[in-house]
Amino acid sequence: MNAPLLQVVDVTCRFGGLVANAGINLSVAAGEILGLIGPNGAGKSTLFNQIAGVYRPTSGRILFNGIDLASVAGPARCALGISRTFQVPRSFDSMSVLDNVIVGALVRHRTTAAARRAALSTLDYVGLAARAAAPAADLTPPEKRRLEMARALATQPRLLLLDEVMTGLTPTEAQHGVELVRRVRGLGVTVIMVEHVMEIVMPLVDRAVVLNLGRVLTEGRPHEIVKNDAVITAYLGERHRVA
Amino acid sequence: MAVVTPAPVTNAAHVTHRRRQLAAGGVVLVAVALLPLFVTDIFLLNVLVLTLLYAAVSQSWNILGGYCGQISLGHALYFGIGAYCASLLYVNFEITPWLGMLSGGALSALLALALGYPCFRLKGHYFVIATIVIAEIGLLLALNLELTGAALGIQWPIGDDSWLTLQFARSKLPYVYLALALLAVTWLVTWVIEESRWGYWWRAVKDNPEAAQSLGVDIFRSKMAAAAVSAFLTAIGGAFYAAFVAYIDPDSVMAFRFSLLFALPAVLGGIGTLWGPALGAAILIPLTEVTRSYAGGSGSGLDLVLYGVLIIVVALLRPDGIVSFLHRPTRNRAG
Repeated sequence: MNAPLLQVVDVTCRFGGLVANAGINLSVAAGEILGLIGPNGAGKSTLFNQIAGVYRPTSGRILFNGIDLASVAGPARCALGISRTFQVPRSFDSMSVLDNVIVGALVRHRTTAAARRAALSTLDYVGLAARAAAPAADLTPPEKRRLEMARALATQPRLLLLDEVMTGLTPTEAQHGVELVRRVRGLGVTVIMVEHVMEIVMPLVDRAVVLNLGRVLTEGRPHEIVKNDAVITAYLGERHRVA
Repeated sequence: MAVVTPAPVTNAAHVTHRRRQLAAGGVVLVAVALLPLFVTDIFLLNVLVLTLLYAAVSQSWNILGGYCGQISLGHALYFGIGAYCASLLYVNFEITPWLGMLSGGALSALLALALGYPCFRLKGHYFVIATIVIAEIGLLLALNLELTGAALGIQWPIGDDSWLTLQFARSKLPYVYLALALLAVTWLVTWVIEESRWGYWWRAVKDNPEAAQSLGVDIFRSKMAAAAVSAFLTAIGGAFYAAFVAYIDPDSVMAFRFSLLFALPAVLGGIGTLWGPALGAAILIPLTEVTRSYAGGSGSGLDLVLYGVLIIVVALLRPDGIVSFLHRPTRNRAG
């Protein structure tokens, strides 16, 4: 196993009296696809947003490549190599699809010409090249998710955080999404994906971490997770357990 | 069925597109420069100067309001600072208004940064309210400080026509060309910004700050930079105006209606676009100047009624501004 790219050490996050994350520990190896799963309110998004730099942990540390992220502000994390997508796509709607991706590419390129070249090849990579000139506002929901991916990839991340990218896609679209994530990993990008849809996540991820009520319930390989009693209880409740 | 049009997506196509914009700008520049050959009426030349001036200042406003999405209704403050700076330096120390322009610009840019530091933590309407209040404070200060001549204002001395003092009593023509040059400069600055890192960052900040931040955009610095550039150019416009009218008082350069007059052309023409402010000013300013002169003193509110009607019409029919009439329909919605 490679050295961990990301280490979450004893992270607790409180919002007033609500403890969204309570002493979470996990580590992600370079090149891994990690699934972050759990029922609603489990604290997945909170953890995700702390890694991305939207929230600060109340206590505990998050290390990226050995660097304590507490000292790295939100926008600087992108330069460091952390990129994310949003659960509800947040495209820049007054700009063209290409210009959206150029914004991401500008983190790695000094001139807009270089950024445009990079953005075009990224759009090609995610299969949106034909829509490059369209206003981002005109994209269909699945296309918008692709645009989110393209924008994030254009920043050349080492760690890509995917927030429910498969939600709301048809099975065919989701299949395309799965292939895209696999190809991205092939580039050497480490991926953490928050997902609800178990049947999509499980074949894709190397390892899954299950959160419940702000704590790590269990972690392991997908086929172990789906048989885990505690996971089934957390998702479906006590009475649905098959004895 | 979507119509496939060759869009400027590759670098080569984009460069061509940019060159065409520049060429169009050149054509308009020449056309306006030739206008005084056909228009000799003093009143009309005066309207032309004001139109070009408001186009230039609105173009400056558009950098912060249109591109970066930070709507300021307090730009009269920067306009006033430019006007007062140039006037005070010229009247008291005989320093050329050219230097007065630059120092007014620098002062305004610094003030914009100082004000931006607290204000850019405010969002949406709260930011707008803050800009209005701060500009009103500026107006009250100018009305009461001895330094600015208080309510009496500052009268420029009458002297010979000179490009050094920017005083021309015999002809309005130099002012036409100065205002045109000012518009050309603000237009060029906007044109350069559109294809710069800042241009992309500002539009991203306007559209979705959270997403921009996730892509490495420093939102606060983006807003500060836009505010500084916008304030600098607005103050240059104020300094020019002071030289043009040769007499300023707080109400004639810092009143709230100026803040509106800088925002309206951009909103009318197309906010956050290269040609919006100029187009908006070309329609709005002649219309209001003419109404004002024909309605006379008793109808002094008529121009305001006109703004109101125009804004309502544009907001209802063309929220993207008049400039959107010129664009080919690109909205080929998929599905």
